[in-house]
Amino acid sequence: MTAHEASGLLRKREVSSVELTEAVLGRIGEVEQSIGAHISVTSDLAMKQAAAADLAIQGGAVHSLCGIPIGLKDVLSTADVETTCGSRMLEGFVPPFDATVVGKLREIGAVFTGKLNLDEFAMGSSTENSAFHVTRNPWDLTRVPGGSSGGSAAAVAACECMVSLGSDTGGSIRQPASFCGVVGIKPTYGRVSRFGLVAFASSLDQIGPIARDVKDAAIVLEAISGGDPKDSTSLHVEVPNYSEVLGRSIEGVRVGVPLEYFGSGLDDDVKELVLKAIDQLDDLGAKVVDVSLPHTEYALATYYLLAPAEASANLARYNGVKYGYSDLDSSDVNDMMAFSRARGFGEEVKRRIMLGTYALSSGYYDAYYLKAQKVRTLIKADFDEVFQNVDLLVTPVSPSVAFPLGDRVDDPYGMYMSDVMTIPASIAGIAGLSVPCGFAEGLPVGLQMLGPALSEPILLQTAYAYEQEAKVSSKAPFLDV
Amino acid sequence: MDPNSFRTVIGLEVHVQLKTDSKMFCSCSSDYADSEPNTLVCPVCLGMPGVLPVVNRLAVESTLLTGLALGCHISSESKFDRKNYAYPDLMKWYQISQYDMPLCGRGSLKISLDDGDKQIGITRVHLEEDTAKMIHSESRVGHKVSLIDANRSGVPLMEIVSEPDMTSPEEARVYLTTLRNILLYLDVSTANMQEGAFRCDANISIWPAGMDTGDVKVEIKNMNSFRAVFRALAFEEERQSRVWVKTGQPPEQETRGWVEASGETVSQRSKEYAHDYRYFPEPDLPPLKVTDHLISSLRSAMPELPESVFKRLTECGLRSSDALQLIDDRPLLIFFDEAMNEYPQPQRLANWILNNFVQELRDSETNLASNPVAPRGFVELLQLEDKGHINSKMTAELLGRMVSSGRSAKELVAETGGQITDDDELQEMVSKIIKDNPQAVADFRAGKKQAAGFLVGQIMKATKGRANPGMVNKQISKELGV
Repeated sequence: MTAHEASGLLRKREVSSVELTEAVLGRIGEVEQSIGAHISVTSDLAMKQAAAADLAIQGGAVHSLCGIPIGLKDVLSTADVETTCGSRMLEGFVPPFDATVVGKLREIGAVFTGKLNLDEFAMGSSTENSAFHVTRNPWDLTRVPGGSSGGSAAAVAACECMVSLGSDTGGSIRQPASFCGVVGIKPTYGRVSRFGLVAFASSLDQIGPIARDVKDAAIVLEAISGGDPKDSTSLHVEVPNYSEVLGRSIEGVRVGVPLEYFGSGLDDDVKELVLKAIDQLDDLGAKVVDVSLPHTEYALATYYLLAPAEASANLARYNGVKYGYSDLDSSDVNDMMAFSRARGFGEEVKRRIMLGTYALSSGYYDAYYLKAQKVRTLIKADFDEVFQNVDLLVTPVSPSVAFPLGDRVDDPYGMYMSDVMTIPASIAGIAGLSVPCGFAEGLPVGLQMLGPALSEPILLQTAYAYEQEAKVSSKAPFLDV
Repeated sequence: MDPNSFRTVIGLEVHVQLKTDSKMFCSCSSDYADSEPNTLVCPVCLGMPGVLPVVNRLAVESTLLTGLALGCHISSESKFDRKNYAYPDLMKWYQISQYDMPLCGRGSLKISLDDGDKQIGITRVHLEEDTAKMIHSESRVGHKVSLIDANRSGVPLMEIVSEPDMTSPEEARVYLTTLRNILLYLDVSTANMQEGAFRCDANISIWPAGMDTGDVKVEIKNMNSFRAVFRALAFEEERQSRVWVKTGQPPEQETRGWVEASGETVSQRSKEYAHDYRYFPEPDLPPLKVTDHLISSLRSAMPELPESVFKRLTECGLRSSDALQLIDDRPLLIFFDEAMNEYPQPQRLANWILNNFVQELRDSETNLASNPVAPRGFVELLQLEDKGHINSKMTAELLGRMVSSGRSAKELVAETGGQITDDDELQEMVSKIIKDNPQAVADFRAGKKQAAGFLVGQIMKATKGRANPGMVNKQISKELGV
């Protein structure tokens, strides 16, 4: 069931939020053992919120997310609920405040069912970097759900929550959404407040929804968007009614197909499905044209300089002094800080901290960090130019379907490659989403739509039109619900 | 090498805590002086996961105002950067500071020296955040403990960097006092050095006459007063010249700390251990746009600065030493200016304020702010004397009573009576004194002129100072037949 369907039932009093929440918690009880989408399940909180939501609905509360069970990626700060970022470093850490998006959802009566698994500090593409456990793909339990918001995507696909929030730095919403056959949106940089999102790479991070369909995603996006005085990088631009555009015709919408996204490295099955989807868009009246984004090939390298550089500073605060893991056997404060970091962080996190530290070091700054910033400008310019002539771009989300667990654990570069198609939009700060477009080898494949800054309405309109036309099943075989 | 032929090169870095209600990037109070440890903190200034900074507008304006007062170039765009270093008192392990685009660029500060004025170049003025305080201590059972008080974490800190334009410890001292005065006049900081609101690090090198100035320099830290800066620099001049004489080479580049107790600097960190701060643009804060409108409104809000006060005071006839004394004590200057509005006799006012008033305040262990005498009451007192109601001795005595009692001059005079100027009354007293002091009269007649003074003194004593001394003098002279 989707959130908007459930919301209709709630308002007609055919079901209560308590019943809905009990069902979701029951479902978690049934499948969590196999999926492992959660780091913590907040049953007590959820039941309290559900009861309150029922009262609010009786009192006339109208928000479509009131009473709806929602899962949160465990990189979003939740007051009084442990927030680990999938790291030993923050195991047991209970923040004293809500992230702005969490506060907004709390305010409208959403029900928080749990904190969802992720790659440690959102660094990874398979959720295998979680310090606690792996998450399995509901479509094939031997495969990864993608990452870093793997828990958020798997939980929605496995019906362990109705919608969830993830975060996307280089593809961490879109890629797992694609792997798990659900819809994921990476909003325009600044569209959603980052306050309370534990930072990985501040200039790239964005929070976004993962949902069973485009309409749910639109509803959640609208609920969490908007300027925030606590986030100076947030955009103080009015939030459109995203649901309103759904159902409008895409006749005449100009769709660009960037050649660079269809080159070598792309699995044939995936390519075929995406090309088929493009044909369907054409059938729906969209004007499809070939375009070029010539600096695409530099995006991955640029990303792996900029993101680790920012991360090296963002993760510096975890030193065992104030909160989180502290190596208390050390003899003095310097040892304590050094050992806390050595033992509290996982391999991938340490790898990226070192990469970033190196890129910023005296003597290397110009060649790495500064050069990457310049290339970032070129990549942005590519998009600016192409969006002069098209309304949006359509590409694959990832070169392949979900890969087997363990397959790329010892191959960081191979792992990084799975984000090669999502990273450029992150670098440019533009809007993007992933919508299911079929199955290859029985595994979901996602279609990526990218639009200029604040183009969420046209992206949602197009994705919705496509979704209605393509009717791709969202029912994972493992899950008979 | 002649130890007397060295040239000293000094540059100063001054950190100033800005006077703002809230901290640099959050809404916690920045007034931590008397606070319990770790009470003025929030997730932002504690650097908790997920928090974001929001720039304090007043801190930006105070920095720009300072830059304008120092004639700095202000560019239309500025930005914040992260300065990375690992120390437990730094909550995020990076400090939000400004690297290559400070709010204020090149400017200069004029200092007055015995042999004339000198311009000291200002390299830049930028804004950053203060760190927490770290205290190393011992627990009751003797364990070494390191304690952190984060109340200071995130307090707005402005850094003013000078060019290496100073050539002696004295110039450095004058630079600091001049700069501190400007900050006080701008009202951007308490600039209190003991409380850490005004902190100074120095770079110093010395070079033999005829040799070009090189890059090598020694940084000195841990100087907690102007006197300490002066002494540390003088010590360092001496030490470095000894190194030159002994080795023929400049001293090693390093950071040294001033030790007040022993009066010397000691090595803290050599060049090999210099920090690589890995500066990069702060991604959580968009670049700052400094509009022409903001600059012009700050310009129009610019208070009068010490230099123009000096000009104003000396032009209206005040001795320059008195003008300088007033400038160094801004509350007193404000008192003076207010009194001047009603009593435009600058030198007479200055004499009474700087001599008698200041002394009375000191004697009664009070200060200007808490003493009861307002400029208006002060002027009233002087006017009583001008009108002949009291003599200057009474003025001085009344001022003391005003400070201690808080009562007005008029009230006090009404109670004790004013100056005695009645001819007949005085005549009577004089006759009596002459009659009662035959010895003094005899002395006077024998040529001891000072005996007349004794007689005047007796009358003043008898009247508790209320007799008009000029008139008494005249009467006595007449009576003695001079």
